[in-house]
Amino acid sequence: MATNIIGPTEGEIAEVDEAVRADRRPEPSAFWPYLIRKIITALVSLLVVLVIGFILFTIMPQNPVASIARASGKPMDAAQLEALQQSLGLDEPIWQRFITYVWHSITLNLGYSYGYNQSVASLVLPRIGPTLLLTGSSTLISIVIGLWLGARAGWRPGSLLDRISSAVSLTLWSVPTFWLGLILLIVLGTGVGPIPALFPSGGMITPGFSGGPVAEIFNVAWHLVLPCLTLVLVVFAQYVTIMRSSLIDELGSPYLLTARAKGLRDDDVRRKHAMPNALLPTVTVIFLQIGGLISGAITAETVYSWPGLGLLTYDALKIPDLGLLQGTFVIFAASIIAMNLVADLLYRVIDPRVRAQ
Amino acid sequence: MTTTGASTLARTGAPPRTQALQRFVRAYLHNRGGMAGLLVLVVFILMALTAPLWITENDLSAAAATGPLLAPPSPGYPLGTDQAGRSVLLLLIYGSRPSLAIGVIATVATVVIGAAIGLIAGHYSGAVGNVLMRVTDWFIALPGLPLAISLSVVLGQGAVSITVAIAITSWTGAARLVRAQTLAVEARPFVERARALGAGNTQIMVRHVLPNVMPLILVSSTLTVASAILSETTLTFLGLGNPTDVSWGSMINQAFTQGAITAGAWWYVLPPGLAIVIVVLGFTLVGRAVEAILNPRMAGR
Repeated sequence: MATNIIGPTEGEIAEVDEAVRADRRPEPSAFWPYLIRKIITALVSLLVVLVIGFILFTIMPQNPVASIARASGKPMDAAQLEALQQSLGLDEPIWQRFITYVWHSITLNLGYSYGYNQSVASLVLPRIGPTLLLTGSSTLISIVIGLWLGARAGWRPGSLLDRISSAVSLTLWSVPTFWLGLILLIVLGTGVGPIPALFPSGGMITPGFSGGPVAEIFNVAWHLVLPCLTLVLVVFAQYVTIMRSSLIDELGSPYLLTARAKGLRDDDVRRKHAMPNALLPTVTVIFLQIGGLISGAITAETVYSWPGLGLLTYDALKIPDLGLLQGTFVIFAASIIAMNLVADLLYRVIDPRVRAQ
Repeated sequence: MTTTGASTLARTGAPPRTQALQRFVRAYLHNRGGMAGLLVLVVFILMALTAPLWITENDLSAAAATGPLLAPPSPGYPLGTDQAGRSVLLLLIYGSRPSLAIGVIATVATVVIGAAIGLIAGHYSGAVGNVLMRVTDWFIALPGLPLAISLSVVLGQGAVSITVAIAITSWTGAARLVRAQTLAVEARPFVERARALGAGNTQIMVRHVLPNVMPLILVSSTLTVASAILSETTLTFLGLGNPTDVSWGSMINQAFTQGAITAGAWWYVLPPGLAIVIVVLGFTLVGRAVEAILNPRMAGR
């Protein structure tokens, strides 16, 4: 989980895994009260995010008017600054400003960007699609690779495959995303020595591209390869670790002995009996991580100038545009909270022991 | 016939904690990964500490640099030069200083905050504990990198902001770990005995629980240094560090923002990143070795 910036350590994954098993398993109670309780928890978390965002961007900056003047990039005289102060409501008491702010957030009015002279919502909206495309595709690929490799490695702990996959996971976890992106960009995007530039070096589509919708899809996919590859390499190792430890937990189970006694092939015992049970905690942990991955895409999007929320955040911090940063912060936090909610509900749906109640 | 354990005790007369330490050191020496990690860390720390002795201000100053601009490795410049004509090798060696320093200081802050909250939440398991764990849960749900970016922007560029940002975004793991361990320790009879003898809350927490939680804190902090260094380089790469500091993150940042990538200057980007990977791997290996020895249940997972 997002206990630190770049992602969980291996120990934390195991810890979360245990926590998922121990306390996330919902007590057998009716579905609707459970759902309502979880939704209320999520809403409270969202309110806390708004409070923290308010403290961070409204109370802490010493002189918001000056920073806005700086962000807008043009000099302002005293009268303009005065007018700005009033339009921001800075002379109102703090609690009143907070209520206005919460009300605005509920109505999806995310504030105003003085760097772009545009509402934050109109800046954020077109960026959601590209970010979902990038994180979605890389998550899917990572899950497929991670679960497959994790199950194979966990089936025979200590085997050559297990040792290699552990070493690779450990090394990839230590690699900074942005650096891996830059290396791939130099080698495959710019070209080094005899290697020609195989992939575009940035953006989501060739500038001035015109062609049919099919050609457009191919063009975008072509641009997607490098950023997606970067994220997959950094992320899939975490799924390997989770799947491996889940499968190891199943190894001693009597039902596997039964399956073997029936005369099933080893591969079938793994695929048809051990995997489904090991997947149970894994799926939950995966959803807990997706929310974090969306904000983890910030550096990958920056390196490849992929026009998503991450690049928008980078542009906002360079100006610096506090209004825009606040908007993206709330969006990122909301996506994590939403994914946590999905994980909670999913656990109930996929665990037959709970469903039967 | 006396048992071997009793005779060693009689011979050395060492108190149990010293003996435990000796056992730990002996087990650690047999851990190949842990020793490799330790060796890497010793080399890098020596390099960072001695760097000012043989690298001068002039070697690091962009204005005083005399080398060719953005040139590939050559005899005088084993790792090539950057856009200003400085030796990448010297920048690389000097750049270990901020990365290691911020990583370690941020970890200390993280662990102190996390351990304090975890200890209090575990000891006062009533309303206080519940509130603290709620707060921890809320912090876990916050997006780490965006929060750290926002904090650094609001607090202003520089090493202090980055350290604070890392500490505030990463204490939750330590807090949960310490709380769980505190609950386990306080359930043991010797705590009840201490309470019966009249020990107060503070005394129980500091004298009885803390020493038992300490090994766990140590393990988690070694792993935290690894992620703190990654966080530090990420934030510096995004341009939130002190612009005049030479660090691994700022080297990659300058390569990225000043056109070394389009020029294909791999020699400027490759070394700082590799250094980060090696140091982070070093801390992770040491952390895992310590974990495997102190908590055998975790080994092999």
